[in-house]
Amino acid sequence: MSAPAPRLRALPVGRHALLVEAATGDDAQALHAELLRRRAAGTLPPVREIVPAARTVLLDGLAEPRALAADLARWSVPPLTATEGAPVVLPVRYDGADLAEVAALWGVSEEEVARIHSGLEFRVAFCGFAPGFGYLTGLPERLHVPRRATPRTAVPAGSVGLAGPYTGVYPRSSPGGWQLVGRTDAVLWDAGREPAALLSPGTRVRFEVVA
Amino acid sequence: MSGTLTVVRAGALTTVQDLGRPGHAHLGVGLSGALDRPAHRLANRLVGNPAPCATLETTVNGCAVRPDRAVTAAVTGTPCAVRVDGRPVAWGAAVRVPAGAVLDVGAAVGGVRAYVALGGGVAVPPVLGSRSRDLLSGLGPEPLTDGAKLPLGAPCGPSGGADVVPWAGPPARGLVLPVVLGPRDDWFTAEALRVLSGGGHRVSPASNRIGLRTEGPALARAREGELPSEGMVLGAVQVPPDGRPVVFLADHPTTGGYPVIGVVPEPSLAAAAQAAPGTPVRFVPVRK
Repeated sequence: MSAPAPRLRALPVGRHALLVEAATGDDAQALHAELLRRRAAGTLPPVREIVPAARTVLLDGLAEPRALAADLARWSVPPLTATEGAPVVLPVRYDGADLAEVAALWGVSEEEVARIHSGLEFRVAFCGFAPGFGYLTGLPERLHVPRRATPRTAVPAGSVGLAGPYTGVYPRSSPGGWQLVGRTDAVLWDAGREPAALLSPGTRVRFEVVA
Repeated sequence: MSGTLTVVRAGALTTVQDLGRPGHAHLGVGLSGALDRPAHRLANRLVGNPAPCATLETTVNGCAVRPDRAVTAAVTGTPCAVRVDGRPVAWGAAVRVPAGAVLDVGAAVGGVRAYVALGGGVAVPPVLGSRSRDLLSGLGPEPLTDGAKLPLGAPCGPSGGADVVPWAGPPARGLVLPVVLGPRDDWFTAEALRVLSGGGHRVSPASNRIGLRTEGPALARAREGELPSEGMVLGAVQVPPDGRPVVFLADHPTTGGYPVIGVVPEPSLAAAAQAAPGTPVRFVPVRK
């Protein structure tokens, strides 16, 4: 029995873009992977930007968005598979300012938070908020935590946080409302480096406990 | 023959801008670039630069710069007084600035942003292929400060020889922005669509390179709840919880969680970039 194709709905955005809605976040990531495959294979019409987000993928800079919208309705998008290659590993000191709060929300000790968080494998669903800031999925629902009621005016660069279904790392000091569990020395963003972003949509990520 | 430009008077906000850095939105890096692209292109053409050369984008009160070599310059965008060492010269034309002379771009008359092209362009190091300052992401060179020095590139060729510069002038009845409805127009009431096209909005003084903010009647939502973050395009008309539409300009965020009622096509955004606070705004919905 073959899995049903994810339902896709393409909404026009202005005259040169399409917002493609998927049924779930996982389906949106699968669609993004398929778009990258088709672009690499030369079977996607020229497009300036492919921007995945929580449940959508935006295609911007299309000459004929209507033609692609009609074509998309016939696409069969394979589900995400466990991808080849090694994940990016980020070393983390689990000493974040909200570690106790997260431990209480999870109902475990602070050491367990580090063990659980570093034992999961994540995937960059999309980027936004700041250059190189990835929204990583892979937290089981019971580990979802709310944002802080009052955002901090300054979160240090490298801070590892949790918010809703996501975990992520602040590439630079900025205001932020995520619950902070630790900090990494990894450089998430360096505009002079190629590639500038350590994490981009589709990248697999693991965290590693360091003392 | 490169050179150095010294900033004599930085003005309220003067930034280096070119055609932006397309192709990085998936990393959270927006397009950026000149807000009034036709004016940026024209200024470059007048001095013989290719369109991607970086110009200076001034805001409201111009700026003054002093090159250490003779340079051909042109000022476009908002009309304004242009002086070389205190002597009036033409706006919207190639003018010669001798080595060590001060090119002064005066206060905006009727618009907001002037574009200053210099032969060879402003040659600061590019970041991700662009010299534009993105005020949201912080990429690109810092806004100009008094006394700062900027490298000038080598002149590329003879000036373009255009001798007539089109300037429509400030629109007589305010800013008219066509809006292609969607993708989230169904999040708003039918009344909200009437309010949008009712002409009751004005340009807010809180407008900047990120967005043209408006004051006026709020657009009522037909549905509550949050929209999961989704990709945003240039010209998107996003409606935050206060109901006042914001038109996304070059430094807009790449994703956002407030519904987009429609999109202003790019050719109309140059006028938005030149609309001073208080200018009446009328949105004209266009069916998809």
